[in-house]
Amino acid sequence: MLMKSSFRSIAAALTIVLSTSGAMAAGEGVPLTKQDWSFGGVFGHFDRGQLQRGYQVYKEVCAACHSMDLVAFRNLVQEGGPQFSEDAIKTVAAEYEVAGEPDEDGEPTFRPAILADRFPAPFPNEQAARASNNGALPPDLSLIAKARTGVAGPDVHVEPLTDLTRFIWHTVTNYQESGPDYLYALLTGYDDEKEAPEGQYYNEYFPGYFLSMAAPLSDELVEYTDGTPMTVDQYARDVTAFMMWTAEPHLEARKRIGFQVLIFLIVFAGLLYASKRKLWASVDH
Amino acid sequence: MSGHSTYQPQNGIMKWVEERLPIGGLVHSSFIAYPVPKNLNYWWTFGGILAFMLVCQILTGVVLVMHYTPHVDFAFASVEHIMRDVNYGWLLRYIHANGASMFFIAVYIHIFRGLYYGSYKSPREIIWMLGVIIFLLMMATGFMGYVLPWGQMSFWGATVITNLFSAIPLVGDPIVTWLWGGFAVDNPTLNRFFSLHYLLPFMIAGVVGLHIWAFHVAGNNNPTGIEPKSSQDTVPFSPYYTLKDLYAIICFMIFFAWFVFFLPNFMGHPDNYIPANSLVTPAHIVPEWYFLPFYAILRAVPDKLGGVLLMFAAIAILLFLPWLDTSKVKSAVFRPLYKQFFWIFAIVCVGLGWLGGKPAEGGYVIASRILTAYYFAHFLIILPLLGLIERPKPLPASISEAVLGKKAQEAPAE
Repeated sequence: MLMKSSFRSIAAALTIVLSTSGAMAAGEGVPLTKQDWSFGGVFGHFDRGQLQRGYQVYKEVCAACHSMDLVAFRNLVQEGGPQFSEDAIKTVAAEYEVAGEPDEDGEPTFRPAILADRFPAPFPNEQAARASNNGALPPDLSLIAKARTGVAGPDVHVEPLTDLTRFIWHTVTNYQESGPDYLYALLTGYDDEKEAPEGQYYNEYFPGYFLSMAAPLSDELVEYTDGTPMTVDQYARDVTAFMMWTAEPHLEARKRIGFQVLIFLIVFAGLLYASKRKLWASVDH
Repeated sequence: MSGHSTYQPQNGIMKWVEERLPIGGLVHSSFIAYPVPKNLNYWWTFGGILAFMLVCQILTGVVLVMHYTPHVDFAFASVEHIMRDVNYGWLLRYIHANGASMFFIAVYIHIFRGLYYGSYKSPREIIWMLGVIIFLLMMATGFMGYVLPWGQMSFWGATVITNLFSAIPLVGDPIVTWLWGGFAVDNPTLNRFFSLHYLLPFMIAGVVGLHIWAFHVAGNNNPTGIEPKSSQDTVPFSPYYTLKDLYAIICFMIFFAWFVFFLPNFMGHPDNYIPANSLVTPAHIVPEWYFLPFYAILRAVPDKLGGVLLMFAAIAILLFLPWLDTSKVKSAVFRPLYKQFFWIFAIVCVGLGWLGGKPAEGGYVIASRILTAYYFAHFLIILPLLGLIERPKPLPASISEAVLGKKAQEAPAE
């Protein structure tokens, strides 16, 4: 009895301590709406079509200003990602020109990119990037889905929760998508009606409300060939999913292996518990 | 490790070894025949869980080092190389990063178990003090490990914490320069933190050895707090507690795995996925969750030096606990007043942790001050007085009697 109640108290105590880290990460701002992502939850996985469309949006829109230094063309072919065909990506890579080895006279050379190359950056250095963007530096997008967060808002399925119950709910449902929720909210959160300083744009989800990036998406901006609606909302979802994949390229393997590991551990624990009970049955304790 | 071993080598080779190096006898008397009170509850399994966590952290850490580059220009990218290109690198890194949090969850439970059942009292003072040293080494290791990925929180956490030493009068600034290896947190800082992060776990392992040695001399405390009187009160460590501990370790691994596979970034901070930048300060610089109670104490004091001293005093005071608690009775089970103050103290610690994660302003600061004052009052006023005024419940004659008494009480309810 005593042990049970102390277990409960300590669990509650730990819960509160841990919730501070969640709250810290949350920061301030307009609460985000929790979106339904295919990669959320225990059985989360990426939608190949969505990742492929997301790459298209990144390539045709975001990549004009934003680098993605950690991602290589070969990654686009790998299992667990957009899984484009190798030939298709070889062709895409060859459209880019990257620095090659110096020639025999020591002069710099250029060659078409290959699968092993990382995505070439749009600007040669930070100064060039700032010069072209009104002084602002477009952040690298490789990890952006894990490097951003926001205030967890009302759940799609669960009505407004207190900090503590939301923390528990998010732990149990393993909510790890506040980054993607923020990116989606930002991409769809522009408001032209609101006044903004010269060269800046109003977005209620951006900390401080004014950012240097104009609304990057508009309806019909990117040509989808698979019949998916060509709307800002759809583009935002697709490119966000793509950025989640670039931030966590082994997400699918992680969740799949994790489920297997949990099953194994639970069965193993059950066997150990039965053995332990049998062993201790003859001891008063 | 206590007394003469009853170990009898079974075959010629073991006999030959045993005559020259009695390691079989050492293992046998320490981990097989070692008598353990038979009434330990599951709170006692956290020692084994901690041993498992230490091994887990060292093993994953050693492999991570094979792929990590301790240089300000490459550290962040090498961690991402581990996450992306190294086979199961993401698994190793998530186990190691979440393992640190799990290690601290386990150690806090272990410490509070010791507090509740009076495990720090005679003859176990040295066991307790070695434990406090392990806790300090863990904090240093955890802090330096968090710096290694060289993200924004790594860099700014290192800057804030190392700057604390500048509060020391006269020699503060030279000490900080000496810690940094330069005039700012930079490559020399990262290199030495890496070196020490690799060294300290082995020092922890050494002190853990002493900790285990010491409690194999005094024997385990137990929920009644009374020492075993006869062999009726104990069972051999193996198989009874090896199996029970293993079961508890696997249960803990389920909890651990849930975080590693499904909430791997829950304990971390999103800003640490942004490479370190000395020109951009994050909106809130917060340490890892396990430092938050001490961070709250640090910020509760308006004076920097005072805050630093108080923060270290909050840990140092634990070393004096065996002499601050004047009660002769160990277990809170038989101490009606202490039991209540124990839970108040636990809530105060959790409250300090919560406040450590809040901005240092307004009501949060006032609350931090009240709770900090209570934290110290618990050790300096409440514990010494309680032993004098409290009337403990009658103690059972032996562990066996306590166990039988418990059975008799439970029986009518069934």
